[in-house]
Formats: sequence, C-alpha cells, structure tokens
Amino acid sequence: MQHSREFLLDCYRSMVTIRAFEERVHDEFAAGKIPGFVHLYAGEEASAVGICSHLDNRDAIASTHRGHGHCIAKGCDVGEMMKEIYGKRGGSCGGKGGSMHIADLSKGMLGANGIVGGGPPLVCGAALTAKYLKTGGVAVAFGGDGASNQGTTLESFNLAKVWDLPVVFVVEDNGYAEATSSSWSVAGSQLGRAAGFGMPGVQVDGTDFFAVHDAARTAIERARNGGGPSLLHVKLMRIFGHFEGDAMTYRAEGEVKKLREDHDCLKIFRRRVTEASLLDDSTLDAIEANVARSIDEAVSAAEADLPPSEADLLTDVYVRY
Amino acid sequence: MSDIQPIVMPKWGLAMAEGTLVGWSVGEGSDIQKGDEIAEIETTKITNVFESPVSGVLRRQITKGGEIVPVGALLAVLAPSTVSDAEIDAFIGAFVVESADDNGSKVVEREAHLGGRNIFYKFSGSAEDGIPAVLIHGFGGDADNWLFNIESLSASRPVYALDLPGHGKSTKTVVKGDLDELADAVIAVLDDAGVAKAHLVGHSLGGAVAFKVLDKAPTRVASVAGVAPAGLGEGVNDAYIRGFISAEKRKDVKSALQMLVADPEQVSATMIEGIQRYKRLEGVKEAIETIAAKTMPQGRQAVSFRSLVEKTDKPVLVVWGEKDAIIDPRHSEGVASTVSVVRLPSVGHMPHLEAAKTFNAQVAKHFENAEAKSR
Amino acid sequence: MPKKTYRQVINEAIASEMRRDSRVVAIGTDIAGGKGSPGEEDAWGGVLGVTKGLYGEFGPERVLDTPITESAFIGASVGAAATGLRPVAELMFVDFMGVCFDQIFNQAAKFRYMFGGKAVTPIVIRTMYGGGFRAASQHSQCLYPLFTHIPGLKVVIPSSPYEAKGLLIEAIRDNDPVIFFEHKVLYDIEEDVPDEAYTIPFGEANITREGRDVTVVAFGRMVSFANTAADELKREGISVTVIDPRTTSPLDTETILESVSATGRLVVVDEAHPRCSMAADIARLVAEEGFKDLRAPIRTVTPPHTPVPFSPTLEDIYIPSVARIKDVVRSIAAKVSA
Repeated sequence: MQHSREFLLDCYRSMVTIRAFEERVHDEFAAGKIPGFVHLYAGEEASAVGICSHLDNRDAIASTHRGHGHCIAKGCDVGEMMKEIYGKRGGSCGGKGGSMHIADLSKGMLGANGIVGGGPPLVCGAALTAKYLKTGGVAVAFGGDGASNQGTTLESFNLAKVWDLPVVFVVEDNGYAEATSSSWSVAGSQLGRAAGFGMPGVQVDGTDFFAVHDAARTAIERARNGGGPSLLHVKLMRIFGHFEGDAMTYRAEGEVKKLREDHDCLKIFRRRVTEASLLDDSTLDAIEANVARSIDEAVSAAEADLPPSEADLLTDVYVRY
Repeated sequence: MSDIQPIVMPKWGLAMAEGTLVGWSVGEGSDIQKGDEIAEIETTKITNVFESPVSGVLRRQITKGGEIVPVGALLAVLAPSTVSDAEIDAFIGAFVVESADDNGSKVVEREAHLGGRNIFYKFSGSAEDGIPAVLIHGFGGDADNWLFNIESLSASRPVYALDLPGHGKSTKTVVKGDLDELADAVIAVLDDAGVAKAHLVGHSLGGAVAFKVLDKAPTRVASVAGVAPAGLGEGVNDAYIRGFISAEKRKDVKSALQMLVADPEQVSATMIEGIQRYKRLEGVKEAIETIAAKTMPQGRQAVSFRSLVEKTDKPVLVVWGEKDAIIDPRHSEGVASTVSVVRLPSVGHMPHLEAAKTFNAQVAKHFENAEAKSR
Repeated sequence: MPKKTYRQVINEAIASEMRRDSRVVAIGTDIAGGKGSPGEEDAWGGVLGVTKGLYGEFGPERVLDTPITESAFIGASVGAAATGLRPVAELMFVDFMGVCFDQIFNQAAKFRYMFGGKAVTPIVIRTMYGGGFRAASQHSQCLYPLFTHIPGLKVVIPSSPYEAKGLLIEAIRDNDPVIFFEHKVLYDIEEDVPDEAYTIPFGEANITREGRDVTVVAFGRMVSFANTAADELKREGISVTVIDPRTTSPLDTETILESVSATGRLVVVDEAHPRCSMAADIARLVAEEGFKDLRAPIRTVTPPHTPVPFSPTLEDIYIPSVARIKDVVRSIAAKVSA
C-alpha cells in the first residue's frame, strides 16, 4: 500500500509523541511528582496510531486504564493530558478524572476506563448512535487480553453481532493481564472466540505499523459499509509494568531488554521507511527532537498549573440537580 | 316516621362523588335551625362549612369525623325528642342512598369548538324553561369554581359553566389571548348549546369577558352579573398575577391562592394541588402568560367597560367582597345608578365561594328582576 | 378526566416523548418480544405488558429488543446516551442490577464529574421493584437505597398513576442519568390522569395528607398505605401529615424538616431492607438537622433484615402493613419528651 510522505510523518510523529509522553511520565512518576496510578502504553504505539489514523470525529473509541496512547492517537491535546495526569485544573477533565479517566467526547474519545471491560458496551452504544443517526461513523473498542475474558466484552461481541453494529473490537494482547500471562488465562483463542460469535477476526503483528494499518482499514471499512462487527487481535508488547511501581518480577530476566531491541515498533517503522527510501533518518530525528521539546513544555506547564479550587469539588455531579 | 329528617352528604359541584366529613361542630341532642353551621366537609376541591338544610333536634350522627362517604349518604338524622331511638334505628336501617342521577338534575359535558380548539363546558338543567345562565370563571380558574352555585341556580333555569381557552379541560392553546378571543369562546358555547340569549355571570377576568360579550353580541345577553369583575377600573393586583403564573412549589402556590380569600385557612391542600396539577399541563404556562399580558399587563386592566355599562339597557349586577385584595371593590362606585351593587363585608375576591348562600340568593333575585323587566 | 392505570400512563409517557423527540429510543429484553420467533412480534410488550404497542408505532429501529445481556445493553444504552441518543432502557427487575451495576454506577453516574463537566448522559433506566407478588427473594427487592447512594444518579419512585406519568416525562427530558422505580404491584392501580403531557419536577415532595400530630414519610407503594393509616387514625383523633418525597435523589429535605418542626414526630415507612435504607437516611437527616424540633424518638416501619420470603403468609408479615404503620404512629403520638 502506498502512503504519502505527509501521512508517514504524521503517524511517526503521533507514535513518537506517545513514546516520549509515556517515558517522561515514567520518569516523573518515579521522581514522585505524579499522584495516583498510571498505566503506560510505551511499546504499543503502532496499534493506537495504526488504527486511529483511519478515524475522524464521527468515530468513537473507548479505551482502557492504559489509555494515554489512544487519547493521543485520537487527537486529545497533549498539554491538557499532562495537566490532567498531574491533577491540575487545566487538565482535560479539570483535574477531576486523572490518568484513567481522560476523555474528550468532542473528538469521539469516550474515555480511558478504570474498569477492565468497561469500554466494549459503551462502544456498542456509540455505534448504535452512529447507526441510528446515520452519521456513517464507526466505534472501536480497545481492550487488553485481560479485558477479553470479561463478561462485558463477550456480551458486547454478541450484542454487536445481533444488532449488526458498526464496531471494531481490538484486543491489544501484550501477553500479560496485570501479572498473569495471557497464554494461561485466555481459554481458546481470540480468533476462535470471534468466529464463535460469527464475526470475522484477524491476528496481526502489533509491532508492525503497516500491518496494523492494513488490517484496520479492512475492519473499519467493513463496519462503515454496514458489514457489521469484527475483531482485530493485535499482538504487541509493553515496555513498562502493568502500573508504574510494578517490579515486573513475573517477566523473564532480560525479556524487556530484548523486546526493546528486537520488537520496538518505532525502530521497526524507522527501519522500514528508511530502507524503502520513503523518509530519511534526519527527518525522523528532527521529529523526535520537536516532540521532546513539546513534552518538556507540557511538563513545565503542568507543574506550573494550579490544582482545582475547593469549589470545583462540588461542581458537575449533575447537569442540574 | 315523617318527622325524621335525614341529613345527607351534599353534592357540591357536578363532579363530586364523595366527601370527607372533617368534623361535627354540634353534638347529638343539639337543637338545629336551618342554616346553622353543623359540620365541616372536605371535597377534592375545597373544605367548607356545611349548613343544615333543615331544622330539628340532632338525634344521631351516623357518619363520624374523618369518614369519607358518597354523595347522598346519611350523615345524621334530625327528629323531635318524641321519636324513639328504635324508630330512628329503623329509619337508618331502611335508608337508601339516592344516586346522583336520581335527584333529577342532568349533568352533561360537552365541547364547543373555536378555531380548531375545544371549549369544554358543563350543562346542568333541571328546569326545562327559564332563560339559561352562563357562568364564566376568572384567570387561572375553571368551571368547578362554581361548585357551590350551580345546583342552587339550576333549580330555576339551565346553567352552563365553561372552561375558557387555556383553562380546565379546554384546549390549552390560546391564539391572541385577549378578551375578544375569550368572548368568542363564550359565544361558541352559546351556539353549540343552541342558546339564543343567556344571563352571563362572570368572575374577575370572566366579568370582563361577560362585558365583552355584551359589547360584541348584545342580542345574546339577557343580563350581566359581575363577580368582583375586571373591566370597571384601572388596577389589578400584579403581584398576584405574577405570583400565580410563576408559582410551582406548594408554598408558592399556597401564598398566591391565599390572596384570593378573606380567610386564608379556606385554602385547602387539595385546592393547592389542583392548581399545581393544572399548571403542570403542557401549554398552560404559555396560555396564562399570554392572557395576562393581553388583558392585565403590568397591573393595569387593558380595557374598561364603564361606558358600556352606563349605556346598556340590560340589567347589571355587581357583587364584591370588601376584603378583595385582587381588584379594588371601589371600582363598583360611580357607575350608573341602574347598576345593582352588592358589597359583602368579610369576603375576599371569591364571593361565590366565600359567601355562596348570599351570593346565590342575590344572583337568583337579579335573574328574576331582569326577566320581570323584559316581560 | 379519564381513569388510567399506572401501567397505561407509563406506556403513554414513553410514547408521547418518543413522538416529541426522535432521539428517544426504548431498549430492553422483550420490551416487544418475539424477535426471531415464529409467532407474534410485540408478543409481550414487556414482561408485565408495560411497553406493549410501542413496537407497533415506532418499529424495530426505535424499540430495540435485546438478548438477556444486561451489562452489554445497559452499557450500550449508557454509551448511546453519552453520544447523542436519549435511551429509555429497561432493567427488567432491579434485582438484576448485579450484572450491570458497573455500567450504571461507575460509568453513567461518573462521566460528567470525571470528565470535568464535559459529558451529558441523558439515560433513563426503568426498573421494576417491590414485594407482594410472591416472586420471592430475587425478584422482590427495593434496591433504591443502593442507587441513591451514588452521586451522579437521580432516583425516582412514583407512588400513583398521576405521579408516574409526570415523573417519567420529566425523567426522559432530564439530562442526567435517572433510575425510575416502578412498583410491580401498582401497575393495575387506576386514577384520573390528564391526556396532555405534564412534568413533575424532581426534588419536590408531595404532601398527600395534612395533619398536626405526626409526620409520616413514605415511598412508592407505601404512600397509599400511609394515606390509609392516616385516614383511619384521624378517627382516633390523631392527625397525620403524609409526605411522599417522589425522588430519593434529589431529596426534598426542606419539606420533611419543615413538617417535623410543626409536628415534632417522625415515622418513616420504607419497604427496602432496613440496613442503610431510606428510613435510615431520613432518620439521620432529621436527627442531625431537626433535633431541636423532635418531641419523641424517630420511628421507622420497615421489613426485617431478611431476604424477601416466598410463602404468602411470610411475605405478608414481611411487607410493612397499614396496621403496623398505625401502631408505630400511635406509639409516639402521645409521647411527650422528658
């Protein structure tokens, strides 16, 4: 598939932004600057960007607790995201949501979600709205291998098929659900499950941006054209722990180091585009440098911003009580 | 046996099927004169004192305080002391409740039409002849405002009571909301009922409506009785109008309604709820806002009918409570000497409710005089 | 004015709102019934017939039957609400909340707050509650306290047909998540109800009886029991105010406190399990904020702390009765504080 230079630059920029964002949050969290829990998406960038690059504001996505990557790929403002993670009033949710609840409904981002499996039913709803209002929109449910075992996920497969909804279910299988391996916890197979619900399903190498992008196009077009729901089983890896502070003792010695060398989606993308002479290293380096600066700015701004006021505690429980 | 007189649950208002005897104000053994207040009765519409329709010794109270009984049910028995308890027991045992249909008054509900909308009205005709009376309620009211008057007045002539557009059971949309439209609704009822000519009785804004009908269609009018009517002066209590329109919560509706009567205790919980239920209906708020803006903007009555009343040859009666807080009773002064004016002390803006007996008598007399004059 | 049943007016309210606003859709298990089956479409119209006829008027696009899959379809209703539709979803029995509560209390209830005021989730979840049907432990509960507990939800409990129509129309027009509790025993109760649409605002209690001696607060089906008790007590010379809060969230605390300041005595009648119930909640309110007005201890009339029993004799003891309400009111009517 031919891609324009602009497109490749945009996608690389998006993936690099996610990586830089997550690595910086990792550092700041370790330094004690960030309250609460964070769950980092570093290593999985090709999935979010490969899929969301097909979507526009008609389309909705729901994410997981590991949501920063999907937020950035769907177009959420990085500065507002950083402030939200820092719990400041300029954050995407006014500082009242935090890392696990970043959302932007105007961009179709139904939110990161603190409940494993919380997303798929909501996505069925967004797809129902798109179908009912005939917007031509689709809805994409991102979930992990852990969420794939939740009743809500399996019920959503069933409902999406029975109601013939424009949904793509994405299982981002990084091999671990918290500290438990997916090879143990997933009975049967993701594709077998999709077939069990009468849905098409495809497995794809989530470290290869181009493979993800290709498979996503088919699934999303199918949904958009009234062909109903399907499943993408995206196999990828996460660099960091389930949550920040996770010592990852359930992983093998040297496992992460090896993954970063051989299965880093950014390195794979760079190798691919430079070998095909689509982009050169200096262009890609420049992007990385720009992104690094913007992340610096985001962190400075977040540190400088104020927390929400005491009055903000009581606001926005209801539209009107 | 013929000396034994039953006192039954009265029928106040055509819709009343049952009432609560709140409490007796006299005990067994009391000597009652006709007209004495003997109990308090509560209906879904109002709580009011019940005056004895007969004289005698109150021998037995059958219905106890707090009991709810149907219209026509036995409340008490009056009998001279010479009648034995056994005879009274026998009377009570043999007593049969007359259903509402048996007392001879037909109650018919009809709908007239005005520009695609329904104008609901009730017709109570126990007399075959006699010039009919048409009762026109005021702002925010409905035909049930006349619940203490219809039965009495319909003894000698047919009585019609309508719900003005935007009110009661009529369609809630108003077009212009002015007196012209409201008068047209009255005329539509006359036409629908096949009534050539009627005595008009109008309360408050309904009084101005009655005057407007006299203005537009004098041949349809036999006489006009204005009950604390609009149309004879400048001012109207704007705080009341605003308050009534905006009130949604109980306490706000209660304070508004209490301005209407001399004794605030007369405003019952069910009255308040009735107004709340009316005002919640879709279209009501817009309708009454439009009517108020057209007919009573900023505490000013939009139209005066003083010169019409001066010049008309139709008999005009004006009844007013001295304690009226909504429209000043002094508007009744200085109109033609041919206009009969009755001013009632200790009565507020609702003489037809607050002093029903006196009111009914005055209006009946006014009808008779009007008919005598025209013969 | 025509007499209509509680069941009829709920149907009427949904239909009139669906006509008024094309974004209103109805979702639930067997709200039409018969999907994919060889027999009739709209075979049930809901398990107790409440939604019958909607399918015929509005069709499958707007009246969506679902498999028995609450977490998915309640969640889908939530997602649809957040993205532009106005779903009226049915959780057939509130006892089934366990399988979908996350979507209600963690998702719908919290979107607006968690997303910093940028979400609007105008979902109505209608649900059946209450005992008296001999439906036993898992189909007879009054779980409104659990929903009242959650900030971000509104909880509505209509006590009569007139109330049900106005409160449901208000609920459908409301822009927050509303849980609408329908007592299954009330479905056949009749009352005069206007044909026109009307709304009853949330957070304003109805006073169904006015008295001087004791304030009785009751919910749902218990309101008519309290009214009967009040009418019977009147003959004994005890005059009772009965307050129907209509909504437990928001709760009209002002009317309750005002009434207790006049009577000095409070009885709360609540059919829900007694621990952490509305009875407990209102007792706390008055004990804390109306203490100076109390002339007798606060009393409650509730079931015992047991699951709802099946056998009719047991269930009739379980559910608060008019007789029990009268006994409890009498017990404090004569008391004077020391």
